Amino acid sequence: MRVALFVACFDDALFPATGRAVTALLERLGHDVSYPPGQTCCGQMHWTTGYHREAAGLARAFTAAFEGAEAIVAPSASCAAAVRDAYPRIARAARDAALARAAEELAVYELTEFLVDVLGVTDVGAYFPHRVTYHPSCQSARTLGVADRPLRLLRAVKGLDLVELPAAQECCGFGGAFAMKNADVSVAMVADKVRHVRDTGADVVCAVDNGCLAHIGGALSRLRGGVRVMHLAEILAGTGPA
Amino acid sequence: MTGAPPGPRTPAGAPGARGEPGAGAAPPKFAVAARAALADTGLRRGLRAGAAAVRERRSAAPEPADWEDLREAGRAIRDGALLGLDAHLEELERAVTEAGGRVHWAAGAAEARRIVTGLVRAAGAAEVVKSTSAVAREIGLNGALARAGVAVRETGFAELVAQLAEDDPEGPAPYRDRARIRELFARRLPGAAGGPPGDPAALAEAARLHLRERFLGARVAVTGANFLVAETGTVVLLESEGNARMCLTLPDTLICVAGIEKVVPAWADMEVLLQLLPRSASGAPMTPYVSSWTGVTAGDGPREFHLVLLDNGRTKALADEVGRAALRCIGCSACLDVCPVYERTGPAPYGPVRAGPIGAILTPQLRGVERAAEASLPFASTLCGACADVCPVKIDIPEVLVHLRGRVVESRRHRPVPTPELVLMRGLAWTMADPRRYEAAVRRGTRWARLMSRGGRIRRLPGLLGKWTEARDLPAPPPETFRAWWSRRHR
Amino acid sequence: MSSRDEMLRRVREALGGARGAPPEVPRRYERRLSAEDAAAGADVPALFGERVAENRAAVRHVGADELATAVAAALWGREAKQIVVPADLPFGWLAELDGVRAMADRPAIDVDALAAADGVVTGCAVAIAETGTVVLDGGPTQGRRVLTLLPAYHLCVVQAEQIVGTVPEAVGRLDPARPLTWISGPSAAYGADMPGAEGMHGPRHLEVLVVED
Repeated sequence: MRVALFVACFDDALFPATGRAVTALLERLGHDVSYPPGQTCCGQMHWTTGYHREAAGLARAFTAAFEGAEAIVAPSASCAAAVRDAYPRIARAARDAALARAAEELAVYELTEFLVDVLGVTDVGAYFPHRVTYHPSCQSARTLGVADRPLRLLRAVKGLDLVELPAAQECCGFGGAFAMKNADVSVAMVADKVRHVRDTGADVVCAVDNGCLAHIGGALSRLRGGVRVMHLAEILAGTGPA
Repeated sequence: MTGAPPGPRTPAGAPGARGEPGAGAAPPKFAVAARAALADTGLRRGLRAGAAAVRERRSAAPEPADWEDLREAGRAIRDGALLGLDAHLEELERAVTEAGGRVHWAAGAAEARRIVTGLVRAAGAAEVVKSTSAVAREIGLNGALARAGVAVRETGFAELVAQLAEDDPEGPAPYRDRARIRELFARRLPGAAGGPPGDPAALAEAARLHLRERFLGARVAVTGANFLVAETGTVVLLESEGNARMCLTLPDTLICVAGIEKVVPAWADMEVLLQLLPRSASGAPMTPYVSSWTGVTAGDGPREFHLVLLDNGRTKALADEVGRAALRCIGCSACLDVCPVYERTGPAPYGPVRAGPIGAILTPQLRGVERAAEASLPFASTLCGACADVCPVKIDIPEVLVHLRGRVVESRRHRPVPTPELVLMRGLAWTMADPRRYEAAVRRGTRWARLMSRGGRIRRLPGLLGKWTEARDLPAPPPETFRAWWSRRHR
Repeated sequence: MSSRDEMLRRVREALGGARGAPPEVPRRYERRLSAEDAAAGADVPALFGERVAENRAAVRHVGADELATAVAAALWGREAKQIVVPADLPFGWLAELDGVRAMADRPAIDVDALAAADGVVTGCAVAIAETGTVVLDGGPTQGRRVLTLLPAYHLCVVQAEQIVGTVPEAVGRLDPARPLTWISGPSAAYGADMPGAEGMHGPRHLEVLVVED
């Protein structure tokens, strides 16, 4: 299958390893991966921060960059949610029928949805001999409804010891601009998340959103938490002694 | 509802307690007010325990099998009420009047205060008993009655405690555990001789004894309403303590103050709403007491009934196609119960209208977004969506929050001096609009960020981003972006 | 322009083209007890009894010929000496009272005497199985609202045929023109760190006798 990679701007600059992992993973599964060079930012940040005109401009550029793609795959639930869930709203707010139509044409998937639903695989042949816990980010769990797909993928990873995260469904407190505009509340929230992560005794906490992971990881690092944060894709890309 | 979690406290009725809402010193932004709440460890402990108790209640009471069908029906009933609001209000007025009640129309808070004060005066009462009412708090009714020389007796337990403690209605609501309530009662309730022991039943008994005298002697009562049935002119009120029953049964004159959005078209609609509201409010299939009345009934209850219908910004919310969804709210407080932000800040930072996620979308619409306090409310959320999941009338709170953020930004777009954020966001959008500009900017940013990092982590960022590094590190960007890696690989 | 006209004008202007186009209400929810609920409760009065008990109220099932004895026993159990009753309460319900003075609400009993009474005995208009609720509408055997409000103990007699399965069935049977009081357990204070503080202002104890033949 021809897969167009959608690498969020945030991931491009700060977490390039995630995009490389998705590339490696999908190629290992025998798919033809491309990276449409016209992509920059999906406009999520502008939309959720209230800069709706700017978001509409970025959404138009995005739909142009991915026009005609068979399947668009993003290792970011919040960016996939922006395209699937917010673009129709952005188009409505901008009264832009062409954008609404273009957005409807886009077949965008969050990585775990693509693997489980489109490719029909849960065992991707990964090996990762560590104790891992999973944080279901709000956009993945609530907006996209990926449900247990990430967990099914993780359970199939050889050597991986999956431990349940207490109060997993509670938001980590990132929320994009919220982390800056309401920094104190955001920090109070992540403090609880970090406590739950440490309670699991896991070596690694993973998720399908690098925004949340940067937030959780940033707090863990400040508290010298001793737990690594890792995007789920990087775990799935890992191979070792088969 | 009386059974709701602690809401913003009602004014103690001190003269000048709150004149015209919005007058005086500007209230603080959410983030600033939240800081005080976060520093109150007692409040945080109480909120956390409250949230845990709610989670337990919810998991102990599984949703009925037809819950989603009830929610769909509830949403449609409330939408129908709003889309035909003018006709329903006229029908309601007709039905209430035919049943011997009187309907008063208040376009704003001042008019509502004037109407209620006038009615109390006309009844010749120097004291009113009052049950929990969000609208009374919204319009600053207690202060107005106090200025008119009328003593207001709060009868809901939480409101009684706040009144006895003389809490500042605009300040943060202090958390009080049983020991502190006991101490307060011992000091302030002359009847509670020697101070009741600290068990809940004894505290309830002290409140019961104190208020019983007030109830038996009361001539005028003020209540809120959960629903106003247009077809029949029926007011429906849910509560758990029995204080509202006292208010709507014992006095000669009953004054009910309600927002115009409380209207529902038909009595049959109650078959849905009386399932949605109790379960969402407390997890129980039914609230202990549901009372309804239609006008006055000879020989049973008040001889005079007045219904005060309040606009006070509701028609402004109604005019907003996205924002009007907030008016569907039936006041269950389920969104507060599950909100991770509310769990940490409590009600005070949301201001006096409504707390929690529903307050964050309702208050800015009722009061406008000109002031920083109201403008900050739509941003007081991570958009995690837990509220929308539980809302019994399916208000998409995150959607309305984002919509209102847009309104806040638009309202500030044409200021003579643009906000730093506007400059930044415009600049970013311009940069992102072109892949080459974007690449160059990322290259520049990466270079700077790497210079600021130590051991692969950034511990301090300048400007707007400095808020991030107050308590969190950021990983230093790797030297090669994904984009650069891709083009190197495919060269 | 009066405030009334001004508010109605604002509403019409706010709604614009959307005005008066109410959406169809999808009523797919259950109007009667679902098969599982009915099966779990074996029958409607039994389910009602279970739910009343879950509302922290006492409940007993009695035969019609045992009612007077059950009323007397319940009052005896609460050590009630002086009770109040609606003027039209069937005399037979109180036929077995021993050492309890029942005061009928005619002429109307004043509030101080009501507050001083040890209890009140009434019937109801409708009862709801799925929620364990009794609904009073001021009709026969129920009296004025205040009768069941001030005494500390409320003994409510429910005839099996008065019990419906669900809230929609109850709403359909009730007349909103009457003063309705739905009672689901004793009063309580929630929140404010007050777990289990029962009996704030209404009766502290609710007891239900379900009469089945």
